[in-house]
Amino acid sequence: MTAQTQEGIHVGHLYKVFGADPASVMPLVHEGIGKQELLEDHGHVLGLRDINLDVSPRSIQVVMGLSGSGKSTLVRHINRLIDPTEGEIRVDGEDMLALDAAALKQLRRYKISMVFQRFALFPHRTVMDNIGYGLALQGLAKRDRGERAARWIERVGLQGYENSYPHHLSGGMQQRVGLARALATDADILLMDEAFSALDPLIRSDMRVLLLDLQHELHKTIVFVTHDLEEAIEIGDRIAILRDGEVVQNGDSQDIVLRPAASYIADFTKSINRGRVIRVGSIMEPLRPDLLGPDCPHDISIEEALPIAVASPGGEARVLNGEGEPVGAVSLGTLVRALGNDRERDRAAAGNAGQAAEAG
Amino acid sequence: MTDWVLNFPTLDIATLRAVHKSIDAAYKTFSRNYGDAIESAFDPLLWLLIKFEWILLNAPWWVIVLAIAGICYSASRRVRLSLGVIVAFLIIGVLGMWEDTMRTLAIIFVATLIAIAIGIPLGIAMSRSDRMQSFMTPILDVMQTMPIFVYLIPVVMLFGLGKIPGLIAVVIYAVPPVIRLTNLGIRLVDQEVLEAADAFGAGTWRRLFGVQLPLALPNIMAGVNQTIMMALSMVVIASMIGVKGLGMPVLQAVTNQYFALGLFNGAAVVGLAIVFDRVTQSYGRRIQAQRQS
Repeated sequence: MTAQTQEGIHVGHLYKVFGADPASVMPLVHEGIGKQELLEDHGHVLGLRDINLDVSPRSIQVVMGLSGSGKSTLVRHINRLIDPTEGEIRVDGEDMLALDAAALKQLRRYKISMVFQRFALFPHRTVMDNIGYGLALQGLAKRDRGERAARWIERVGLQGYENSYPHHLSGGMQQRVGLARALATDADILLMDEAFSALDPLIRSDMRVLLLDLQHELHKTIVFVTHDLEEAIEIGDRIAILRDGEVVQNGDSQDIVLRPAASYIADFTKSINRGRVIRVGSIMEPLRPDLLGPDCPHDISIEEALPIAVASPGGEARVLNGEGEPVGAVSLGTLVRALGNDRERDRAAAGNAGQAAEAG
Repeated sequence: MTDWVLNFPTLDIATLRAVHKSIDAAYKTFSRNYGDAIESAFDPLLWLLIKFEWILLNAPWWVIVLAIAGICYSASRRVRLSLGVIVAFLIIGVLGMWEDTMRTLAIIFVATLIAIAIGIPLGIAMSRSDRMQSFMTPILDVMQTMPIFVYLIPVVMLFGLGKIPGLIAVVIYAVPPVIRLTNLGIRLVDQEVLEAADAFGAGTWRRLFGVQLPLALPNIMAGVNQTIMMALSMVVIASMIGVKGLGMPVLQAVTNQYFALGLFNGAAVVGLAIVFDRVTQSYGRRIQAQRQS
């Protein structure tokens, strides 16, 4: 592993045990003791077990799981709000665990910022001063701070609220402040802990659009924690699924939906709108030389590809790669079959995963 | 043989007396050896108290009334409250209690300053460590339940009669609420907000002064309010060891059965209490209201 020089975030063999003396139970954890047994017989809580995760720079890595799966614990290890029991954390090659208090402070001021589930705004500061908080810690003079904060206030659409206090704002507006506060420090890495989970569905989708918009401009490295698979699929370049403190699967949205690694994940994906999530590139069949058209790009969804296939005489379409070269084909049959919740296929996937889990 | 079954096994009187005597003797030796040194350590406080009292007694009465009303208005932003304060002080003056009231005001003011200066740092220390909290809590409990008069004894043995022992007794009695509520206020600050301060790289001090103390301020103000109230009630008792002020005539009234004298001076204490209470409370409410809608 070339982690030493690697850009991005590297988490290797990370373990977190909560309790009075975590080191004393680590041998048991390595032997694979169950979470329940560890709690009942030894009084320690297993937070994370053997987490390996590499986040490439300028991408959005989603960490997904139900409550108690350890996702918030994991994201707090990256800026060391929580210290690991064992393992390795590197940010742009820098060993986070070797940092002393002063270096850690510098890193949090300039390199990693964070957005919180319950916003965690400072209730005694105005919107302007909340957004300028990180800048104040960076030592910026009040005037420069104001200028930069004002830019972010405008970017997240909060003009006119500069001097309001957080309590005067709605939840969605408060989280815009939270987002602007995190972005204002110009940190490369943004940690978002269930940042939109406390918001109403409509506001939540507004915020996702805002985030993707911003990401298009800013190219941050984002670790986004959520319990909502739809949200994960919409914004994640990669999605790591956590269960009981372990990564069950880490892949892109197509992997998760088409090849769930465990029945646990298949349960999640059941309620997903497959027509909108699955891309034709993931389900295409080999190209036949006699098929001449029509064409569709590889990254459109089944929903978008269906009308193209229907319009063609043979009910088929060619799939083009990013360079516009034909690389495969889809037929109406393929598209419709991928839409259906195929019990047989799901059971097979679940069975495989079950066997894999037993074998592991 | 069965004596201890029927009667509580008490130490015999001679032993008990010897225990008392040895404690008293030890304390007396301590106070003889260190009393003067300790007393001179309190000289700056005495100086502050005397100066402040001198100002209150020598400034024209209307300047003082206006100043107090001004402080009241700037803290509470309530016109009627400020007018009420003016009326209360005018009545006190007309009934001939101006000088005693000013003396009491001086000692309350200095005692409260000292209580805040001691109490807030102790409260902060308590909030930062559970061990410190479980060490301090029983001490504070004892301080608040020990009969008030008991404080007077060691203080008088150490310092004799006068302003300094009075001031110290008042501070000891009045300091627990501000310690407790500073501790409580800081502990009640939202964990996620603290986490946010950490995540943006605030150190211990910036977190304390930038986030924890400002957010704990309404609770701290409630503590200061209680501290002032306790100081006021202690001032009357402190008159037994020679502290001048509204307590003196009250004590005189009790021993000589002067009902009217006791009533008037008691009412003046109540008036002071109401003024302090309303002003600190509405200040606390105002800072809280600023943050909520």
